[in-house]
Amino acid sequence: MRASTGARVGQYIALLAYLVFLAFPLLWLISTAFKSPRELGSLHPTWIPRHPTLANFRQAFDEQPLLHAALNSLLAALGAALIAVVIATPMAWVMARRRTLLARAATGWVVVSQAFPFVLVIIPLFLVLKNLRLIDSLAGLVLVYVVWSLPFALWMLVGYVRAVPPELEEAAAVDGAGKLRTLVSVTAPLLAPGIVATALFAFVTAWNEFFFALVLLKTPEKQTLPVVLTHFIGAEGVADLGPLAAAAFLATLPSLVVFSLIQRRLTGGMLTGAVKS
Amino acid sequence: MRPRWILALALTLLLAGCTGGGSDSATGRITLRFQSLAWQDESVTANKELVKEWNATHPDVKVEYVQGSWDSVHDQLLTSFEGGEAPDIIHDASDDLADFAYGGYLADLRNLLPTRLKSEIPQRSWATTTFGNGVYGVPFLQEPRVLVANASWLKKADVRIPTPEHPWSWPEFRDITRRLSGDGKYGVAWPLKEPVSATLNLSLSAGGELFHRGEDGKVTVHFDATDQVVPRTIHDQANVDHSASPTTLGSGGSDTLPGFFGGKYAMIPLGFSYRQQIVQQAPKGFDWQVLPAPAGADGLAQGVSPQTLSIAEDSPHKKEAAEFIDFLLQPKNMVRLALGDWMLPTGTQALKSPALHTTKDDWSTGTALAADLVSAPAQSVRGYPEWKDKVATPAFQEYYSGAITLTELRQRLERDGNLVLARYQR
Repeated sequence: MRASTGARVGQYIALLAYLVFLAFPLLWLISTAFKSPRELGSLHPTWIPRHPTLANFRQAFDEQPLLHAALNSLLAALGAALIAVVIATPMAWVMARRRTLLARAATGWVVVSQAFPFVLVIIPLFLVLKNLRLIDSLAGLVLVYVVWSLPFALWMLVGYVRAVPPELEEAAAVDGAGKLRTLVSVTAPLLAPGIVATALFAFVTAWNEFFFALVLLKTPEKQTLPVVLTHFIGAEGVADLGPLAAAAFLATLPSLVVFSLIQRRLTGGMLTGAVKS
Repeated sequence: MRPRWILALALTLLLAGCTGGGSDSATGRITLRFQSLAWQDESVTANKELVKEWNATHPDVKVEYVQGSWDSVHDQLLTSFEGGEAPDIIHDASDDLADFAYGGYLADLRNLLPTRLKSEIPQRSWATTTFGNGVYGVPFLQEPRVLVANASWLKKADVRIPTPEHPWSWPEFRDITRRLSGDGKYGVAWPLKEPVSATLNLSLSAGGELFHRGEDGKVTVHFDATDQVVPRTIHDQANVDHSASPTTLGSGGSDTLPGFFGGKYAMIPLGFSYRQQIVQQAPKGFDWQVLPAPAGADGLAQGVSPQTLSIAEDSPHKKEAAEFIDFLLQPKNMVRLALGDWMLPTGTQALKSPALHTTKDDWSTGTALAADLVSAPAQSVRGYPEWKDKVATPAFQEYYSGAITLTELRQRLERDGNLVLARYQR
């Protein structure tokens, strides 16, 4: 019993250490966002700013259109997440239920496609979008994000579909439901936690993406938040650290809020799925 | 019901956000896109004000200010050039232009620019943007590498304070940093995260050129005695005299500032524009000053890669773009841009501005160095980026940390380096 308590204490300590490790960059970012330039130049940095200031936030908002950029990011990320799950859900169902050579090849391709670096695809992609007249538009950017996140979204959802017992779908078929009806009425509700997780993945990927947005969007009013954040960085990596930290902190807030709102439901759903399987 | 409502709202918002901007082709008005890399508040303001002034006085040629960023500018421009979507007027640095110039993406400016602007900027600056027979950018801002010093410390140590007229020699600099060191403090902190350009540019003062062009036009690396003066000084300060902090050798300039303010280092070699950060971050009462970098056999000469303005070859309005550049770089405007970026203008008239000769923030010390700034040694060497990344950067880093000898450094720069350069010159 004593050994078991000791092991548990050890687990909690390890967990706490891991949480501190994970939280360090965010906490440091928050601390930096509230420091004055003189505190940022101090040889002995402190966790809690000695003279906390909102000047960095004011400067960040004065210098760059952060709210407008955040709205652009939100539109792009939301659009990409919605479209990705709408496309990926039926595809994942087919790949999970039909274990044909084609489905296996598609799964292999999904894995391989994740290995392509951005710079390899950006020029052909740019030309394709230009021909479609989708350069410098959020629609073009959403299209790119959907294509970029689809393979991994598909991969995630295939796993969730496999966790749903096929017997339920067979029962629906016996009751006379067609394939689409079965997918929408029987499988999709059971997949809800998986769909939410996949949508979150697509949302966060698009929310944080920098390079495609930098290259594809020309008009300043259409630029997304990660692109605008780089405007605080100068030649040779010199940065306006205070406003950069303030803006970066604001940029992390939506992800944090979304995760904190749904994480309980997400975890609960995933655990339920695990018991069923 | 609610999910459907949210979905509909999101799609509506998305479509609203996706509508493209209007075109002004119906009005016959030309629109030029000017991608600026200005990033400091004062600099962005100066650029935007100038664009506004242009637009107010040129109703037929509207300039649209586009904020670019130094981070990833090369990849972004390359993609834009390939896709035929490049901005008309491009702000960049001269050491980034070679590939674009040789690739045919930039317009040759020789017949586009007015004589006023051509004669305003000295030939040594034009050399930084001349590739082959063409000129592919207007160099307009530049900065020397200077020594930013803790003035109280230097006064207390009673060392001779160098001036542009009487700078320290490299041996004198080494001797002084040795005198200033001890008790965990160092005479100098070299921020050498990017050791190659710093070393090569400063080596010009000792006559080091490193890259030599043969009669056949091919460039080879020779790391001879004049090239070794600066690297040997840095190496010996860090490893023999212990007068240079070993921990800052892998740091960037900004990373060394807290130690400088905290009294750990007496001097830091930095770009002239770092003064802005020092003014912002230095503790109240901290007494600092700008000193010229040490001089060698060739005096205060040092290499620079100025900021440039170019015109895209694909731009249908090159003449108007050149007129805008001419407006932007009128002497008084060049001074505004220089003050905004805390750098030096290349133009000779602009350099005479009283605003650049004040003792406040040591502008006058930097301005006095302008005549000694020449094209960085590697400026037009094809294959230089690969040589720098694969050969020179690790070799210099290992030498400065004391892991390899000067002989080994020489072997790697020459033997391995020339193999890399040869591939680009077949």
